[in-house]
Amino acid sequence: MARLNVNPTRMELTNLKRKLVTARRGHKLLKDKRDELMRRFMEKVRENKELRKKVEEKIKEANLHMAIARSVMSDTAIEAALMMPMQEMNVDIVSRNVMSVIIPEYKTSFKTADSADIYPYGFAYTSTDLDDAVKSLSDILPDLIKLAEIEKSCQLMAVEIEKTRRRVNALEHVMIPRYEETIKYIAMKLDENERGATTRTMKVKDMMLQQAHNY
Amino acid sequence: MYKIGVMGDRDSIYGFQSVGLTVFPIDDTNEGIKTLRSISEEYAVIFITEKLALEMDSEIQKYKDKTVPAIIPIPGVTGNTGLGMKNVSRSVEQAVGSDILGG
Repeated sequence: MARLNVNPTRMELTNLKRKLVTARRGHKLLKDKRDELMRRFMEKVRENKELRKKVEEKIKEANLHMAIARSVMSDTAIEAALMMPMQEMNVDIVSRNVMSVIIPEYKTSFKTADSADIYPYGFAYTSTDLDDAVKSLSDILPDLIKLAEIEKSCQLMAVEIEKTRRRVNALEHVMIPRYEETIKYIAMKLDENERGATTRTMKVKDMMLQQAHNY
Repeated sequence: MYKIGVMGDRDSIYGFQSVGLTVFPIDDTNEGIKTLRSISEEYAVIFITEKLALEMDSEIQKYKDKTVPAIIPIPGVTGNTGLGMKNVSRSVEQAVGSDILGG
């Protein structure tokens, strides 16, 4: 690993030592963050997979009902029946902070409280299969919203984990070794200078004694 | 207060209208991208049929690290393409480095 391009002075050495301490602490903290995020992420992903399987199954069922309704009624009749919805769904977002990842929680609310308002048509001219289709869709709605919440959380966490992982690796394999190497280099250089200075003084002393007393 | 939207081919999404979601019938990819851009501020959750999601995948990826909207693929009438599951696996791959849960 290449060392940093710095002057081998005592001041640089002190600075670098301080930086190394900070880097080590940052590395430890980030590593902890990554591990905890990963643990929660795996929990969420497992949940996500199960829920998705369930929801997809149910949507398939709802589509089946819809297909039957479509075969009994004409397209225009279905369209006319569903054209003016009575129910309206709104969602509020409550954000939660999980290890500095902002994940959303959805709180849904309906315009009208009456559960029968999912049928925006009179029952006289429509098939009961359409009722089934609409009912099954309305039944999966809570699961769908839950799925959206979990899946979004997973995506956001995945992005954050990737970032954190990169930081940890950069610190572990690039920054810290580089600091260590540079510190070692400066320490060696300073030691060498010191030895040089000692030798020089001894030599000068010898020469001075030679001159003064002819030793 | 946010709303919930559904995008996709008309046949797959029409029923959602009656249960209180806003539907956006989309016929081609460009239209889908345009619609998604215009509704991304107002809608917190956008369900999108897998077929359409596959066609405009690059656009959907742009919203991945934003809190709003959550874009969630759902199977349409044409059947399950497995795209939704693949997306989950992709998240795992991004986070861990490889898809350790498999399948």
